[in-house]
Amino acid sequence: MAEPAIVLEHVSVVPPEGAEPVLRDVDLVVEEGELALVVGRTGSGKSTLLGAMCGRVPHFTGGTLHGRVLVHGRDTRTHRPRDLADVVGVVGQDPLAGFVTDTVEEELAYAMEQLGLPAATMRKRVEETLDLLGIPELRGVPLRELSGGQQQRVAIGSVLTAHPSVILLDEPTSALDPTGAEEVLATITRLVHDLGVTVVVAEHRVERVLHHADRVVHVAPGGTVHAGLPAEVMRTSDIASPVVELGRWAGWSPLPLSVRDARRAAGPLRAHLRPDANRPVPRATAAGAAPVLRARSAVVRHPGDVLAVAGVDLELRPGQVTALMGRNGSGKSSLLWVLQGSGRLAAGTVEVTGADGAPVDPAALAPGPRRRRVGLVPQTATDLLYLDTVAGECAQADKESGAPEGTCARTLARLAPGIPGPRHPRDLSEGQRLALVLAVQLTADPPVLLLDEPTRGLDPSAKATLAATLRDLAARGRSVVVSTHDVEFVAECADRVVVLATGEVVADGTTADVVVSSPAFAPQVAKVLAPGPWLTVADVRAAVAALAEAPR
Amino acid sequence: MSRAVPRAVHPAAWWVWALGLAVAVSTTSNPVLLLLALAVAAFVVASRRGSSPWARAFRLYLYLGLAIIVLRVVLHVLVGLKIGTILLVRLPEATLPAWAAGIQLGGDLYLEGLLAAAVLGLRLAVIIACVGAANALANPKRLLRTLPNALHEIGAAVVVSVSVAPQLAESVQRVRRARQLRGDATRGLRAVPAVALPVLEDTLEHSLLLASAMDSRGYGRTPQVPPGHRLGTGLLTLGGLLACAVGLYGVLDATTPAVMGSPTLVLGLALAGAGLWLGGRHVTRSTYRPDPWRTAEWVTAGSGVLAAAAFLVLARTAPEALAMPAFPLGVPALPLPAVAGLLVAGLPAVLTPEPPRPVSRRPVRGAREVVAHG
Repeated sequence: MAEPAIVLEHVSVVPPEGAEPVLRDVDLVVEEGELALVVGRTGSGKSTLLGAMCGRVPHFTGGTLHGRVLVHGRDTRTHRPRDLADVVGVVGQDPLAGFVTDTVEEELAYAMEQLGLPAATMRKRVEETLDLLGIPELRGVPLRELSGGQQQRVAIGSVLTAHPSVILLDEPTSALDPTGAEEVLATITRLVHDLGVTVVVAEHRVERVLHHADRVVHVAPGGTVHAGLPAEVMRTSDIASPVVELGRWAGWSPLPLSVRDARRAAGPLRAHLRPDANRPVPRATAAGAAPVLRARSAVVRHPGDVLAVAGVDLELRPGQVTALMGRNGSGKSSLLWVLQGSGRLAAGTVEVTGADGAPVDPAALAPGPRRRRVGLVPQTATDLLYLDTVAGECAQADKESGAPEGTCARTLARLAPGIPGPRHPRDLSEGQRLALVLAVQLTADPPVLLLDEPTRGLDPSAKATLAATLRDLAARGRSVVVSTHDVEFVAECADRVVVLATGEVVADGTTADVVVSSPAFAPQVAKVLAPGPWLTVADVRAAVAALAEAPR
Repeated sequence: MSRAVPRAVHPAAWWVWALGLAVAVSTTSNPVLLLLALAVAAFVVASRRGSSPWARAFRLYLYLGLAIIVLRVVLHVLVGLKIGTILLVRLPEATLPAWAAGIQLGGDLYLEGLLAAAVLGLRLAVIIACVGAANALANPKRLLRTLPNALHEIGAAVVVSVSVAPQLAESVQRVRRARQLRGDATRGLRAVPAVALPVLEDTLEHSLLLASAMDSRGYGRTPQVPPGHRLGTGLLTLGGLLACAVGLYGVLDATTPAVMGSPTLVLGLALAGAGLWLGGRHVTRSTYRPDPWRTAEWVTAGSGVLAAAAFLVLARTAPEALAMPAFPLGVPALPLPAVAGLLVAGLPAVLTPEPPRPVSRRPVRGAREVVAHG
């Protein structure tokens, strides 16, 4: 048998400023040609583990690494990341942040130039890689003009041209829409199956990669690592896909990892539930209340003759969580910004119920009163934070909103308990930071709250907390709009789904109606139990419990 | 060489051409020749520039030139020494103390002085237009790629810092938009801390990400260099630069001994060159699709050099033809060698291959391409 691709022997990593190790005595072997999936909560050390495999830890990040990491026989203690460039390729979360040049072709050639390959070899490999990724027509296109999925594929291609035997991917699909993610995953599996590359991928959205993985590496919060076969690790993992959760709950053995496996195992469950299939899933539905926000033929244009929103009609009612879905660049963000009133409307009207109950155009209000009518949490939520302590941000939010002192701090304590006030906002985890921004925006207590892709980078538990928060807001009569790519999150928390494509509304209805029949937007449970209307494991549990209580 | 295949002409050739034109322009104050040179530069830019953003920036250089002419004339009216015979406007003049004798604040305006000022402004404007032409015709990033191997890392750093600028602007815009969401409508200086801090943190984070990405892709990868070599490289480069400095001083200062002049300068250049060569020998790095240097490049660079040579020779033999006849005012001459030199400088517009066509861009938003997965 060939030597393993990656060997970690008794590896512990202590960050430069902390005494607590992030990784604790890790022994791990990744065999050549494997697809290893790294799962774990945010902050559990997934990125550190990947960093240790390519030498970034500790050469780039600082800190102390005990033990030994071998990558194809090269010890990372004596090899810096640049010395490993010909065996390890690294792809990050945000492809744009790692691009050095500005066109596709030059980016693909960059790593080869650094390795000093002859010009003829480079020319050939660039062509091969363009074909492999299926993007030959994009060769001269500026990288900034590509869609997210294309950018990520170019990022993969740019490490692939150096012919590394190991590729490490740190959450490669977290910024992508479901279709873009599919493209990237298809590329990754192709690497493993056709080219025999060893791939290590860290991913929060386990459901996207699990069925392709040969081995799952679970990083527990304490920094201990457990690796094994996917079905075995998933039995106990605190991070699991809905299919796995369904399987665990139903007691299926072997534990299904893909929708296909689960569907085969779910025959009896479907038969059991069949009589119930036409009964609507109980969900909070909007009462016939008057809309709090109304957009009529809203049009948004961007410089360069881009029609971002092309005549959208939308009514938001209190007590409703609306999910805004659609591929990257379909106009979701632009729509949210004009609904809030800070974005510029090219045509059409947006009206929101004013403080006195009369409809008012939010764009006509000053920023202060505006945020008391409609709150928006932007995509890069940290843009809203500029003070150096959490407590300072909270106090500032109270002052800005004219709220009694301590309002924001109380909201924050409810959303994410246990954040120390003197902590710097940048030192918080993704989930905590989102909670802080949410608390800041909720201090103004707007009847309408808009969130632009809040689930990006959140682990499942943080996502569950967010879903509960949004449901709670809706229950208290607020109207919430959340734009997201995460279909499982939508299944958990949305009452209504609006799908945008090329700036137009192409579907608008209850979550079950819109989502169940869609190949891209259907959550896993819906795929397993189709044509039934259940979207989440909780739905199924409730349906089974209802059947048990009231037998026919 | 085939002119039928569109390709980008070597950026260094364009710079030689543009600098040659600039040198030619700097020797003359003849407005007819200046305008002709400007027309030649604009013609070449219009026929051979690419589709990149900086190629469209030529216009900005023209505006800058216009601003310089206006500024020069305004300064002349305000503080210039007004001389001449044809009185244009009578203006009041402030009396200045004796120690400011060279400055005339206000005062009567004469046509000759005004024209001379405008022509001087025009000369500077045309020189700037030449630099602008080079910038529009030559991709600055490709120019950096032609740097010697030893300087490659500096070149990469420049490229990265150039591409950070638009990112910074984007970041500022995003944060300012976000400020509105917190109900903050402060503008001007008081808004700076609230915008600057997130932007700085954002930029820093981006830089670190980029640096680690570049590191993992082999940037700065060098094999073990023997210490002797490293010392040699350092000594050669340092000694060369020192000799260059001394040599330049010698060339510029006529009172120094002759040895300190050109010989020292040449020695310094040779030493520095040797240092670069030795340093570059250890960089294992190659260039993807390097720009070739063929006939078109020789034509381009040569035409610029020829124009400069024509003007320099004329400046020795018939300097009055290159000057604007101001006292008394007359019609500027049209010396044949200078005109011919400028026309030769216009040849690259027709003799070089066309630049590559812009890549057909798909609609950025909305439509998605169909990809066949094998």
